Amino acid sequence: MIFVTIGTQIPFDRLIEILDRIAPELDEEIYAQVLRGKYKPKHIKTLDFIEPDEFEKVFLQARLVVAHAGMGTILSSMRKAKPLIIFPRIASLGEHRNEHQSATAQMIKEKNYAYVATNEEELRELLHKNLHPLKNIGEFASENLVKSLEDFIDLNV
Amino acid sequence: MERKIIAIASIGGHWIQLLRIVRPMEKHYEVIYMCTHPGCATIVEGKKYYLATDFSRSDAWKLIPAFFSQLKIIWKEKPDAIITTGAAPGLICVFAGWLLRRKTIWIDSIANANHLSLSGRIAALFVSRIYTQWPHLATDKIHYAGDIFR
Repeated sequence: MIFVTIGTQIPFDRLIEILDRIAPELDEEIYAQVLRGKYKPKHIKTLDFIEPDEFEKVFLQARLVVAHAGMGTILSSMRKAKPLIIFPRIASLGEHRNEHQSATAQMIKEKNYAYVATNEEELRELLHKNLHPLKNIGEFASENLVKSLEDFIDLNV
Repeated sequence: MERKIIAIASIGGHWIQLLRIVRPMEKHYEVIYMCTHPGCATIVEGKKYYLATDFSRSDAWKLIPAFFSQLKIIWKEKPDAIITTGAAPGLICVFAGWLLRRKTIWIDSIANANHLSLSGRIAALFVSRIYTQWPHLATDKIHYAGDIFR
């Protein structure tokens, strides 16, 4: 199963429409979390907002994750060793408040942490490939950062 | 006595980053979590949890009830420190904490690779300490000590 997630805040119809066009070419089910988008897909199954613990269950069942460039999904995919394709939102198309998703996607691509697609053709090409997870991470943040925070909290001022 | 901290973030990436940073700190501190969605309580089961009023630029008026509710919680809990990874509700919480003379810490999201977030730039004006997760954004005032990856 391919799980598509676009975060918890605003719809991302451009991605859902593209996936709906690609879906008939693939023989794998696509589940998408669509929020309140206007576009009604015909070839993919949709879920509205799902509770955090339910989200975790669907996420674990997925073979592949396709997502907007939100750090939550990126971190969860790395942690659960799921292959991930990122499709960043573009603020100038009204898909977000600012262009930070393009910056995130750029960073992810440079570090080779996940696959990145920015248009229908790139996404189609990736979906027809057999992708593997590119990056695995542990449970917690860097020890150095945690240590620095604890030192600061323990400081008597 | 064990120190007490409040860890707050909005649901989504902010919350997941916060958990990666704060969960290992549970060994040393009493941690109280706050997030903008009631479902997040189950993620930190066994820990004290408060629901934070959510708002964004489109419904900014909610900032006022959010601020008073944060003020009340901080007054009651008297944490030694407040840590947030953002976004706006976390900013309000560290502001309320600053008023009540608590130690306040802002950790800017790793998503902000080119410059600090707007909320981060506002937080920089008053928080006790601010971190970026990007070495090239560090300055005398903005600390860098690593990121949420390990």
